[in-house]
Amino acid sequence: MLNHVYRLVSAKQFEVALIEENLKEGQVVVRPKLLSLCHADQRYYAFQRSPEVLAKKIPMALIHEGMGTVVESKSPEFNPGDEVIIVPTTPVEHSDTIAENYLPSSKFRSSGFDGLMQEYVISDAERVVKLPTDFDSEVAAFTEMISVGYQAATRLLRVAGPDRESVGIWGDGNVSYMTAAILHVLLPEMKIYVFGHHDYKLSYYSFATKTYVTDAIPDDLELSMAVEATGGNGSHDAISQIIDHIKPEGSVVLMGVSENEIPVNTRMILEKGLTLIGSSRSTKQDFEDVVKLLSGKDELLEEMRLLVSLKVPVTSVEDAIAAFEADNSNGWGKTIMEWKV
Amino acid sequence: MIYAEILAGGKGTRMGNVPMPKQFLTLGTKPIVIHTLEKFLLNSRFNVIVVVVPMAWVSYMKNLVKEFLDSDERIRVVEGGADRNATLMNGIKAIDNEFGLNDDDVIITHDSVRPFITHRIIEDNIDGVLEYGAVDTVIPAIDTIVEAHDNILTDIPQRSAMYQGQTPQSFNIKKLVTAFASLTDDEKETLTDAAKIMVLKGDGVHIVTGDQSNFKVTTSFDLNMAQALVGKRED
Repeated sequence: MLNHVYRLVSAKQFEVALIEENLKEGQVVVRPKLLSLCHADQRYYAFQRSPEVLAKKIPMALIHEGMGTVVESKSPEFNPGDEVIIVPTTPVEHSDTIAENYLPSSKFRSSGFDGLMQEYVISDAERVVKLPTDFDSEVAAFTEMISVGYQAATRLLRVAGPDRESVGIWGDGNVSYMTAAILHVLLPEMKIYVFGHHDYKLSYYSFATKTYVTDAIPDDLELSMAVEATGGNGSHDAISQIIDHIKPEGSVVLMGVSENEIPVNTRMILEKGLTLIGSSRSTKQDFEDVVKLLSGKDELLEEMRLLVSLKVPVTSVEDAIAAFEADNSNGWGKTIMEWKV
Repeated sequence: MIYAEILAGGKGTRMGNVPMPKQFLTLGTKPIVIHTLEKFLLNSRFNVIVVVVPMAWVSYMKNLVKEFLDSDERIRVVEGGADRNATLMNGIKAIDNEFGLNDDDVIITHDSVRPFITHRIIEDNIDGVLEYGAVDTVIPAIDTIVEAHDNILTDIPQRSAMYQGQTPQSFNIKKLVTAFASLTDDEKETLTDAAKIMVLKGDGVHIVTGDQSNFKVTTSFDLNMAQALVGKRED
C-alpha cells in the first residue's frame, strides 16, 4: 500500500511523502479520525527546538495524540471497524525494572519517528488500545495527555506518605487540569488547590477546593503533596512556591518540561525531607486505566469534555497549517483536527 | 451496494517496449495494480471490487490477487472489452450476473494505474455519488489549456474554469447503463471518458477534488517518476 505521510520539513511547512507500507503479522492499519494538537507539536511546527534536535528529527509527521478506526488487521485482537487509540511510546526492549516510558531506547511518535499525520498509520497491535463502544471520540483524541496526567498522579501517590489531606497543583494549562481531575477521581476526599496565572482558566476547575493566582497564595497554606505542571521558565517559581508551602516529608511530582536548567533550593528540600519524583509520558497500561476510568465516571468525562475547545476539519495540508495557527491563539483547551486528508 | 471497478484493461502501448501491460509493472515491491487494489480494500464501504483486465491476463491477475492479497473475498477478476467503455461495461455485466442491479447501486470506477489515490478521494467519491448520482475527480488546471485544430490554435479557454480529469469516476449504475444504451454508435465512438456518457445525456456530473499525486502512470517517464517518489519506511 502506498501511504501518504504528511511530514514537517521546515518551519510551518508540511510536505507529503509517499511510503510503501507492507503490513506484517501482528500489525494493524489505522485510519486516523481525530487528532489532537500538543505544545510539543507546536514547538516542532514553529521550529523552536534546537537546530541539533531539528536536524536529527525532521522531516517527521507530527501529532502523537489521536484516535482512529482499524481498517485492516493482522492481529487476532483487532477487527476492521474497531475504534482505537495509538500509544505513541514504542519500546524496543523490555526491562523488569524500568517502565517503557523511561527506557532511553524507547521511541515516541512525533518525536523519534512519524506521528499520526498520515493517511494510514501502521502500528504493532500491541501498541493499540481498543475503545469501548460509544466511547466519546473527542475525549479519546487526547487520551494520551490524560494518560500523562494519570502517570504523574499515580507516581505521586506511589511515593507519598500517609498524609493525603491536600494536594497543590501549579499550572493552569491542559496537563494541570487533567492531572487535577484525575487526582480528584482517585482520592475524592482530598483537598485540591490549584495555582495559576489566569483567572479565566482557574475558573474551569470547578472540582477544586480552591484556586489562587500565584501572587496571592496565603502564607499559611500548607500542602501534603504537590504537582508542578507549569514547564518552561515558570518551573523555577513554581518549585520555589511548592517548597515554601509543602509540609515536611511531603511529596512532589515534577511534570513541566523546560528547555533550560532550573535552579532549585535544595537546602530546603533537605531540611523538609521532601520527596521529588519526575514524571514523563505514559505507558500502555496508563492508557487502559484511563479508558476504564473515563468509561465508569461520567463526572470525569464531563470535566474532560470541557477541554474540547476547537475542532478544525482538515482535508489538506493548508487546513492542517490553519489548525496549528488557530491552536496557537487558542487560550484554553485542546484543538482537534478532524482528519479527512 | 457500493461497488468498485478497477479498470486494468489497457495493453500499455504508450509505455514503450515493455514486456507486459503497465498495470502489472512493479512499483516499489509490488505490481502497480496491487497497490491500487490495496487502497480500495482498506475501505470497508465497498461490498465488491471488480478488476477488469485484458482476456489474456485474467489468470495472471488472479494469481496476483492470490499472491499479494490472500485472495480477498471481495475481489472479482473479469475480462475486459475492446475499448475503455466496453471494459467498463463488462465489469458492470459481471456485477449484474452475480448480484443483479438495484436502483441505488453505485460504482466507483478507477484507473488501475493511479496507485497514489488517497483515502479522502475515495470517500469523497462514495459520498458524492450517493448524493448526486454521478461524480468525476478533477484537479484545477495548472497549465494554460489551449485548443487547436490542424495545428492551428483556435481557442484559449479561461483557465479558472479548466480542470484536468482524473479518476475515480463514480456513477449510479442503472443511470449509467441506461445513458450508455441510449447513445448512438457515433456518440459511443467519440467517448474517451465515462463521465462523458452522462454529460452527453445532459445529466449533471458533480466534481470531486483530486490530488496531484493521483497521477496516471502511463509512460516510462511517469513510471520513473513514480519509482522516485516511493520511499521506504525506516525501522
